[in-house]
Amino acid sequence: MDYNLSHIKELEAESIYIMREVAAQFERPALMFSGGKDSILMVHLAHKAFYPAKIPFPLLHVDTGHNFPETIEYRDSLVKKLGAKLIVGSVDEAIESGLVTEEKGFNASRNMLQIAVLLDALEKGKYDAALGGARRDEEKARAKERFFSHRDEFGQWDPKNQRPELWNLFNGRKNMGEHFRIFPISNWTELDVWQYLAAEKVELPSLYFAHEREVFEREGALLADCEYIEKKPDEVIKKEMVRCRTIGDMTCTGVWRSTASTVEDIIEEIATTRMTERGGRTDDKRSETAMEDRKKEGYF
Amino acid sequence: MTNNNTELLRFTTAGSVDDGKSTLIGRLLYDSKSIYQDQYDQIKDTSERRGEEGVNLALLTDGLKSEREQGITIDVAYRYFSTPKRKFIIADTPGHTQYTRNMVTGASTANVALILVDARHGVVDQTRRHAIIASLLQIPHIVVCINKMDLVDFSQEAYDKIQESFESFAAKLDVKDVHFIPISALKGDNVVNRSEKTSWYEGPTLMYYLENVHIASDHNFIDQRFPVQFVIRPYSDEFHDFRGYAGRLAGGVMKKGDEVTLLPSGFTTKIKKIHGADGEQEEAFPPQSITVELEEDFDLSRGDMIVRANNQPEITQDIDVMMCWFDNTKPLKQKGKFALQHTTQNVRCVVKEIRYKLDINTLHRLQDDKNINMNDIARVSLRVTKPLFIDSYRQNRITGSIILVDEASNNTVAAGMII
Ligand SMILES: Nc1nc2c(ncn2[C@@H]2O[C@H](COP(=O)(O)OP(=O)(O)OP(=O)(O)O)[C@@H](O)[C@H]2O)c(=O)[nH]1
Ligand SMILES: [Mg+2]
Repeated sequence: MDYNLSHIKELEAESIYIMREVAAQFERPALMFSGGKDSILMVHLAHKAFYPAKIPFPLLHVDTGHNFPETIEYRDSLVKKLGAKLIVGSVDEAIESGLVTEEKGFNASRNMLQIAVLLDALEKGKYDAALGGARRDEEKARAKERFFSHRDEFGQWDPKNQRPELWNLFNGRKNMGEHFRIFPISNWTELDVWQYLAAEKVELPSLYFAHEREVFEREGALLADCEYIEKKPDEVIKKEMVRCRTIGDMTCTGVWRSTASTVEDIIEEIATTRMTERGGRTDDKRSETAMEDRKKEGYF
Repeated sequence: MTNNNTELLRFTTAGSVDDGKSTLIGRLLYDSKSIYQDQYDQIKDTSERRGEEGVNLALLTDGLKSEREQGITIDVAYRYFSTPKRKFIIADTPGHTQYTRNMVTGASTANVALILVDARHGVVDQTRRHAIIASLLQIPHIVVCINKMDLVDFSQEAYDKIQESFESFAAKLDVKDVHFIPISALKGDNVVNRSEKTSWYEGPTLMYYLENVHIASDHNFIDQRFPVQFVIRPYSDEFHDFRGYAGRLAGGVMKKGDEVTLLPSGFTTKIKKIHGADGEQEEAFPPQSITVELEEDFDLSRGDMIVRANNQPEITQDIDVMMCWFDNTKPLKQKGKFALQHTTQNVRCVVKEIRYKLDINTLHRLQDDKNINMNDIARVSLRVTKPLFIDSYRQNRITGSIILVDEASNNTVAAGMII
């Protein structure tokens, strides 16, 4: 007998271990759910980690109010299927109550507003650990994350002063008011995620597959046309076959020209692509360290 | 590329500041065509803006603002790439002494360590410190990359001298497999492509080595160790009486029907069922995460351990460790008290005795020097508040390792390998 795990199975075992560690070490964890493939993977792994018990923490969705309608549909049916608890932090409500102010102009996005809403939701729910589906291969600041990432009482990340993290020993100690961000799928790449979702036959939102949509070009990226984006006079709307590689807020999630209609097509496409999945995200393009700056303040 | 069944190799960089670790990782990614176009455009743009000659490949891992400002690595960056043969997880660690704890973080899970040496400067203090850490961590394979060969005219003499000096030092260390490769991370010699300027070198390129080095599993498949991580009680009608012990198998192979002993109670029972990620399975092996049901119900909770009746770990409140001390705010003191984590156990401990400090240049045991400051390595005896179920680190990396946590700051201040 050859006792060898394939790399995908090893990643799966690692992620499950970390989720269980969270359930054991923290009093009130929550799983941040965006509706994208990474959070779908997280939910799938959490389901396995605690089976036959239910997932022992709620899903927390920060709703920017600018979601693709398909995302909300998928979210609600998944929650129902698992019998999970869903908590929604709403950017719309936060704007109304004056917690945050809407950005204006052509590149206006509610991306930054999510930070305050997320921190507010964590505080209100007294959550002491927020599980996120961020991966180290996504972006250069995320490449620096620990599995257990400490946040001070303001929700801030201090990348120059992270705790050592050795072997499989995770230190989740903290003071009152502080919390942890936990990233169980840190070591997965985009390709790993798709290969796994394919092998496990996980149902996915239709946005990931090629479909015809009204789009326009901005700064080299394709954006889906919607009422939330103010367009410049020279930005022409046209119909194209596209799909999402990441799913986020409609105002900053680029779409890609693609004909991939099955998960196998997607895997083929990713294996040969020359662009990272975040290459289409206008929120990362605001400056060289846009992600690090947002993360320091408390972004996912 | 789309193979589900490839093997995983984790490797780490090590070596002194500016010896070219990040540049090497950048080169490896670039020459193996593992860099995406937009990533490349980004670092090209940044390099041009900063007026650098050519594209600075170190920017692929030095992603933090302060790292880019200072041109050094501060914390570990993880990068991923795969070839048809293997999937690789790289930890690019800092060389700066101040950040040694981050090097240990990256190295603790590695199968291979690449220790870089600047061909002009040879083996320096920090090279030795990292080599000692790699040997304490029992990283099975070490590759000494003698870098910046372009700055010494690819001289074999310079290379031989460094190899000799590293070998004479490493002879005193517990390392089995050491390789040497002359490279230029900046120009790409012997990284992915064989260099024409080192005709005197007959060994493999770094990439060839990484793709082909035999990685026997780090896991111990002999001595069954199952630390209980979490107890699963569904409290549902369907699974009313279900009581599962979840955890990651830390050693040995566990089979349905195995007769096992529960620690610390000492009760004996049998494994009734093993649930894995894909449902029930007949047997399990490390590093699988599983849930175990027992024939009889006993009181068993997080921190307890399931082992084979006739093969038990040492059960003790006194442990001896080789320790790396990380805290920059205060030294390690005799009688100091800490929180201690070992497998899934959380206990407290007191430092009973600092036996000796290790001189990182001579490897002498300094028995009269009990000043343990940041980055020092020492042999220490600890007394813990309740019995731990331990093996030596050499036997089992998981049941043989501990960390110490400062109870005031909550920081992880030390890593220990049980002797
Ligand atoms: N000539 C030459 N220069 C090199 C070579 N490799 C790296 N360098 C240069 O050495 C400097 C330091 O390189 P880095 O890759 O940042 O070094 P490092 O080991 O990652 O440094 P830390 O992470 O801060 O410890 C940079 O200016 C590199 O361009 C080489 O093979 N030849
Ligand atoms: Mg570096």
